[in-house]
Amino acid sequence: MSDNQRIELRFQLNGESVQVRVHPSDRLLDLLRYDLGLPGTKEGCGEGECGACTVLMDGVPANSCLIPAYQVRGRTILTIESTELADVEPLLAAGTTQCGACTPGVVMTARWIRDHPELLERFGSRQLMAGNLCRCTGYDGIIDGLLALVGQDEEA
Amino acid sequence: MKRLEGLDKLTGRELYIDDLPLEGHLWGMTVRCPIARGRVREIRFGEGTDWSQFVIVDHRDIPGPNELRLIETDMPVLVAEHARYCHEAVLLLAHPSRRQLRHAVREVQVLMDPEEPVFDFTCAPRPEQIQHGQDNVLERLRIVKGDVEAALAAAPHVIEGVYETGAQEHLYLENNGMVAWTEGDTVVVKGSLQCPYYVLNSLTWALERDDARVRVIQAPTGGGFGGKEDYPSLLALHAALLALKAGRPVKMIYDRDEDMAATPKRHPSWVRHRTGVDESGKLLAQDIEVILDGGAYVTLTPVVLSRAIIHAAGPYACDNVRIAGRAMLTNTVPYGAFRGFGAPQTQFANERHMDVIAHTLGIEPAELRRINLLRDGQSTSTGQVIEGGTDRQAILQTALESSEYDDRRTAHTAFNTSHPYLRRGIGLATFYHGAGFTGSGEVYLKSKVRVAGLPDGKIEVQTANTEIGQGAITVFTEIAAAHLGLPTNDVLVAEPDTHRVPNSGPTVASRTAMVVGRLVERACDDLRARLGVDSGTSDGELQRAIVEWHERGQGPLVGEALYEPPPGIVWDEKNYRGDAYGTFAWAAYVAEVEVDLRSYTARVTDFVAVQEIGRVLNPTLALGQIQGGVVQAIGWALTEECQLRDGAMANNQLTNYIIPTAADVPPVRVVFLENPYPYGARGCKGIGELPMDGPAPAVANAIAEALGIEPHAIPLTPPRLMELMTP
Repeated sequence: MSDNQRIELRFQLNGESVQVRVHPSDRLLDLLRYDLGLPGTKEGCGEGECGACTVLMDGVPANSCLIPAYQVRGRTILTIESTELADVEPLLAAGTTQCGACTPGVVMTARWIRDHPELLERFGSRQLMAGNLCRCTGYDGIIDGLLALVGQDEEA
Repeated sequence: MKRLEGLDKLTGRELYIDDLPLEGHLWGMTVRCPIARGRVREIRFGEGTDWSQFVIVDHRDIPGPNELRLIETDMPVLVAEHARYCHEAVLLLAHPSRRQLRHAVREVQVLMDPEEPVFDFTCAPRPEQIQHGQDNVLERLRIVKGDVEAALAAAPHVIEGVYETGAQEHLYLENNGMVAWTEGDTVVVKGSLQCPYYVLNSLTWALERDDARVRVIQAPTGGGFGGKEDYPSLLALHAALLALKAGRPVKMIYDRDEDMAATPKRHPSWVRHRTGVDESGKLLAQDIEVILDGGAYVTLTPVVLSRAIIHAAGPYACDNVRIAGRAMLTNTVPYGAFRGFGAPQTQFANERHMDVIAHTLGIEPAELRRINLLRDGQSTSTGQVIEGGTDRQAILQTALESSEYDDRRTAHTAFNTSHPYLRRGIGLATFYHGAGFTGSGEVYLKSKVRVAGLPDGKIEVQTANTEIGQGAITVFTEIAAAHLGLPTNDVLVAEPDTHRVPNSGPTVASRTAMVVGRLVERACDDLRARLGVDSGTSDGELQRAIVEWHERGQGPLVGEALYEPPPGIVWDEKNYRGDAYGTFAWAAYVAEVEVDLRSYTARVTDFVAVQEIGRVLNPTLALGQIQGGVVQAIGWALTEECQLRDGAMANNQLTNYIIPTAADVPPVRVVFLENPYPYGARGCKGIGELPMDGPAPAVANAIAEALGIEPHAIPLTPPRLMELMTP
């Protein structure tokens, strides 16, 4: 692929401005993992079903396997690497993570819900987490972790 | 204690095989057989590709035998002439660009002369379908206790039923992945895997190398469930063959569709029961026939069949039992290890059949189980006398009370007569799971564990058992720290690396905490003995002794333990008589369902899981094992269906292979009734597989009650429920 077929763009990544050149068919997921050295975001299914590759795009969860890299021009992307320890300590105690492959996506969705607690009133916690498949926990550990993160005692 | 690697996983810092930095590597991919059975006529390379840029490996590049060494060696590493399943590996390609590699794989055509495949594992094969022995039977096993024919002839009632379960995909969230490279004369493979020494065993065989020149390292692994028990041996060989030929590191990471199409799944099963009972419901005779679909090669099927038949009669007392099991070859992906390893299939049949018996006799399902549950002093189908003081009646009673079983049933009856389209039901299953390898398996494994005292006074636990999400690192740390009286941060757990850790056996069969954990304790004892420090010493004395050992320059300080069976365990492998397992975990599960008759969709609305697993080592981890297993089994019961077309999985993607989401399942309410097992680490028993056994029959029994039908096969998808409900 010659360089003139690449698209140059700039976007905000984890609080910093980055400039990249991408192929038209590059996925955001691959840009993050293989070009920008941020392997925390995982590929689970490659078709937007499992949510393992969830990032926050302009503050909203998005499957980075479905987003062409060129579409992030001018946008703000947060990946799991932007996570603070304080964000996840309640999740650790709740048993939110087991094998860890779905975990980065789960954490990004949980951070979104924490930042928008009104969502929990409109949709239940299980509806809100339904875009993140997990094969280890049976979801109780994830729901308990989410509720601990937002400061709710138990599942409504 | 909290999961030790938990914060790394929660912040994305845990590096899995595709995340680890690797300089100058090639990507590797696989060219696969396009049909279920046939002979390779020609391999055609497309003209538009410069093939000189690719590393190409076929069966002629294998230094040793073209055999994957597992139990047998019937499966090739790469197809040489005959292929037995669609997506069987024929050719390997490597290239620096993954994009060009993906394109190139599609440019290779494998032209086949088709041969007659076999897909139905319940029928005898036609002569042209024979591919294994005289009859395609991969394994045949039998258990006989008492005189079944006489007891059936004399029984007041004989109740029959046939039950079937489908294949299930593991759906670990991290696909299979492996990296291979060479270091001097040594081939190194590192990847997502459960059993480093299984991989080593396959590599030394097909590469014709000794253990010293092959090194296997486990990378952090994103789930296994049995799916990374045997398959990584094949993938490691593929990566190693490419790396040897390329002279550079090669990374092979499967996409989801490839992982689902080409790797093992849970064995489909067909089980027939003929059961003699008296008027009260007491079991007089159990005549059970078990057939498993083994897929295209032997792989682990004989051992799965073994566990399947040993669990087939359930946790009940019966003097006359005959269980005939066989596993058949079919031209599909070889079926393999999956959490429960045959026991979920046969206990689905048995627990569904118990409800059919109850309905036939007009006895309450719970009462039928109360009458027949094993009591201490009675024996299982293999004649293993159950001891240990577990109160199985109390487990059942706790499950009934926690689920408000009786009140809910009454409420459902009223609800179901008044609601226009919703139907509710509650169902029960009582079951057991033998922990550790079956029969003499643990003795043959000769598992070994080492505990090293390090110069700074810390200790390192060295085992080949892997963290795959279940919490092995955390549990080993807790076991060693508790046993030696050390703070947990003075205990390290070594990376599973066959050049560093001894062979403590595979990470399978719910054996890691119970069997290997006990070896960790004994290796700790040995370490203390070498230092001359007894167990009653004060804090800090052990660590001072370790430091002084090293200050005196006495060399490496290592405590070691080798597996010894618990006393009194006797297993007759030839006749399948005796103590099949050191111990069993026991459980009673209750599921409540609601079926929507407009869409024939069943959902689980409440779930109670009560079990005795010895002593609970770590409450959060134990809870996670049960809840995760229950939900995986609910998926198997309701939605997970491998749709095979000409032997190949047609729905090999998450869009149409449906596993439960958070919104599909209720909270799983878990109760542990503890009864420490003296030969497990800190009193524990195996836990990982138990929760896979009970949910499917409990859910199916609940649906039976909700709809007044007798479902005989899972998954109970909407089309299947519609069929059952449509006269």
